[in-house]
Amino acid sequence: MEQVLKYSKNSNENPCHMCMPMGAILPFKGIAGAMVIIHGSQGCSTYMRRHIAEHFNEPVDVGSSSLNEKGTIYGGEKNLKQGLDNIRRVYNPQIIGVLTSCLAETIGEDIERITAEYRKSNELVDYPIVPVPTPGYGGTHTEGYLLAVRQIISQLAAPTASHNKINIIIPHLSTADIRELKRLFALMDIEYTLCPDFSDTLDSGIARQYKKIPEGGTALKDIRSMPGAPATIQLGVTMQEELSPGQYLSDNFGVPLYNIPIPIGVENTDIFFRTLTSITGKGIPDCILQERGRLLDAMVDSHKYNFAGRSVVYGEPEIVYSVTKTCVENGVFPAVVATGSPNPKLAKLLEPLFAQYHRKVVILSEADFVEIRHKCVELKVNIAIGHSDGKYLTEREGIPLVRLGFPIHDRVGGQRLMSIGYTGTTVLLDRITNTLLEAKYGNYRRTMYEQYYKPATVMP
Amino acid sequence: MDTAVAVTERDSFITTKGKQKASLKCDTDSIAGCVSQRACVYCGARVVLNPITDALHLVHGPIGCASYTWDIRGSLSSGSELYRNSFSTDLKEKDIIFGGEPKLISALDELIEKYRPKGVFVYATCIVGVIGDDLEAVCRQASLKHDIKVIAVQSSGFIGNKAAGYRAACDALELLIAPQKPLLKKARSVNYLGDFNLAGEAWIIRNYLEEIGVEVNTVFTGDSNFATLKQATAAALNIIQCAGSMTYLANKMQTKYSIPYMQISFLGLEDTAESLRKIAEFFGDPNIIARTEALIARELALTKPKIEAYKELFRGKKAAIYVGGGFKAISLIKQFREIGIDVVMIGTQTGRQDEYQTIHDLADDGTVILDDANPSELEKFMTQQGAHLLVGGVKERPLAYKLGIAFVDHNHDRKHPLSGFIGAVNFAQEVNSTLGSPVWRHMSDFGSDMHGTSTKI
Repeated sequence: MEQVLKYSKNSNENPCHMCMPMGAILPFKGIAGAMVIIHGSQGCSTYMRRHIAEHFNEPVDVGSSSLNEKGTIYGGEKNLKQGLDNIRRVYNPQIIGVLTSCLAETIGEDIERITAEYRKSNELVDYPIVPVPTPGYGGTHTEGYLLAVRQIISQLAAPTASHNKINIIIPHLSTADIRELKRLFALMDIEYTLCPDFSDTLDSGIARQYKKIPEGGTALKDIRSMPGAPATIQLGVTMQEELSPGQYLSDNFGVPLYNIPIPIGVENTDIFFRTLTSITGKGIPDCILQERGRLLDAMVDSHKYNFAGRSVVYGEPEIVYSVTKTCVENGVFPAVVATGSPNPKLAKLLEPLFAQYHRKVVILSEADFVEIRHKCVELKVNIAIGHSDGKYLTEREGIPLVRLGFPIHDRVGGQRLMSIGYTGTTVLLDRITNTLLEAKYGNYRRTMYEQYYKPATVMP
Repeated sequence: MDTAVAVTERDSFITTKGKQKASLKCDTDSIAGCVSQRACVYCGARVVLNPITDALHLVHGPIGCASYTWDIRGSLSSGSELYRNSFSTDLKEKDIIFGGEPKLISALDELIEKYRPKGVFVYATCIVGVIGDDLEAVCRQASLKHDIKVIAVQSSGFIGNKAAGYRAACDALELLIAPQKPLLKKARSVNYLGDFNLAGEAWIIRNYLEEIGVEVNTVFTGDSNFATLKQATAAALNIIQCAGSMTYLANKMQTKYSIPYMQISFLGLEDTAESLRKIAEFFGDPNIIARTEALIARELALTKPKIEAYKELFRGKKAAIYVGGGFKAISLIKQFREIGIDVVMIGTQTGRQDEYQTIHDLADDGTVILDDANPSELEKFMTQQGAHLLVGGVKERPLAYKLGIAFVDHNHDRKHPLSGFIGAVNFAQEVNSTLGSPVWRHMSDFGSDMHGTSTKI
């Protein structure tokens, strides 16, 4: 097995990751009544809004302290405080997230102190303002997301009497995936606090009365009482402990933590239900077992087509882990697995998976698309699974792309692709199989003709 | 309380024609916390330079800036595709502490070796100035070492807004076009400034100009390359489409190389015809003038009936405009007029005082004019003014849709050309594709009065 943990070069050629504040915006969009502001120059918030808005096809408002030259030289405290004033005036939020950009961090802005002072001088003692230091050079959007969730929880969580709502902490999933999780909990009759929940806020319906902050999101009171939960289920097996929101609840309030994979694939979904059952003692309803049966049926129906797939799976570590495992389960063996984040855990987790089938795989960490493309060509990959930036592999190398993850900005509906649970896995698998079939049927008459047909030349 | 106007500092940026003062505040910093739709200096510089096809575009900074600008624009190329990659020095914490120069030097060596580009643009991001990297010096050394143009673009995000980025790009272009010795003038040639060849727009205009007997020496910067740009100073005239980004460079070229410039606009039938006539007049050649008239007559005969047919469909519709530059807003007001649509709200991100004056002169009484608007204001004024349609960028689109307002894409992402005679028809078609869609008829509430009669579920 070849592992390239760090490609030794001094530049990134066509990035496979984004910056920390981008990731940190999303959790705030999943908290009820939240607004978020980036302390930095105007462009950061605009770029990120644009990127997020294109994926979700939703208005995405993010404030900026609009740091200018003066603020950069003499400090941006005044800008940030004015920004908070204006955000409160226009949006009337119940909670504000304050993120930093590269610029604010580099000039040494202490948002912890500034926000504390702001609360004090404005008599906002109980008003939650959550500072999250997210310098763009400090990590990728994946780390930014996790840190924001952890900060939100650590800021709000308070000792609470025991109750029976399980904490569910999720990485960036599609809005359809979040809704699917909620459906499964309802079927299992399990009470929960899901954090963050942007399934309504970033995928809202047409409504007569436009809301500046869309309705939905995890309620603040629910986050406050997360410490009283019987357990935390965190859909994340590759994250570092210091970024883990579930770890925070475990360390500070003793809430038992279950780190499990995103339930994509049979085994991962089995783990998910086994965990739910062991925590709550509740059985799995027949209808869910029927869904499982249908998935197995689909796997068998498609297995020969899938066996022709040599895949590349790329994107954020958690989803890459679960999708890679699903690919292996179905014989769409990945030849290349890549993430733009530095993530040594991913390779360790995936190694045994490939070893049991004696399959070779190249696992790239901190990868960029030039490197991914290079490996895909070398290893004759014929299907790609990941976000829209992989369209580059299609355009340059003719490798068809199954879109999954974030961002999906060149197709509609990327925000509501469902891929989790037994049913989600089934539809994901269908997308993969059909992509392989389309490539096969699109080419095979010509390929066969070119390979075998010769004009009749009878020996004299 | 109406929260959209809760920020009183914003009052002076908004005016209503005929009711309030004629001038408004513009071309200044955004107010903190107001959710401006503006992008940054780097963005301004990158959009202007990115269409140069054989350039290697290297962003010196942390990854985000390069991520969000990788091949996002629809500029087309007839040659190299190198510009469609996004390169970054991907600075990390240790580079911030110890300085990013060593990484930049190595990155330049690696990338130039690998891609053998004709030239490189190195973009400064926010932190470059703050950590004290000497971009100019590194670029100068790399230039000497590799014997190609390596040009520093001073586009730190905090030094202003997108317009400052246009100037940074123009400064870089000024360096690039400087000839070692004066070039021989080409008598019947123009440089076409401020067209980025979105969906082949620069090609459409070049075809027109060639037909009337005028050579397009180079475009700034759609489908240009280092070789064509280096010939820029040979042109007899500069014509400018996008005034916001290119007037600065045209002024410099006038002073330095005595190349006169004129503002033209190829948006809309009327402006396109007018602009072609202006160019023909400049050269004064009766043949050029005759060919121009022939072209205009032929194209108008083809396109005018189509526009007239659309006009019928659009009767009584009202539009709102929120775009980047003032000149585009002005063109759009005229273009909407051509297709019979009233404009009821006009805003720009970076319009200048003189452009707002023109907008004010052109607008009907009661039109709201605003600079550096935010989503709340857009929501408020589009609704209040009864707009049926918004023309704007990607960020504004979902807001319009949520409000049940049709939307016209007039951004760098679009895949349809809007320039020239054919562009005017495409514009009307684009308007029709959204105003004429049946979906709006189905947006009414349903079910709120259907409580059912059964008590059991």
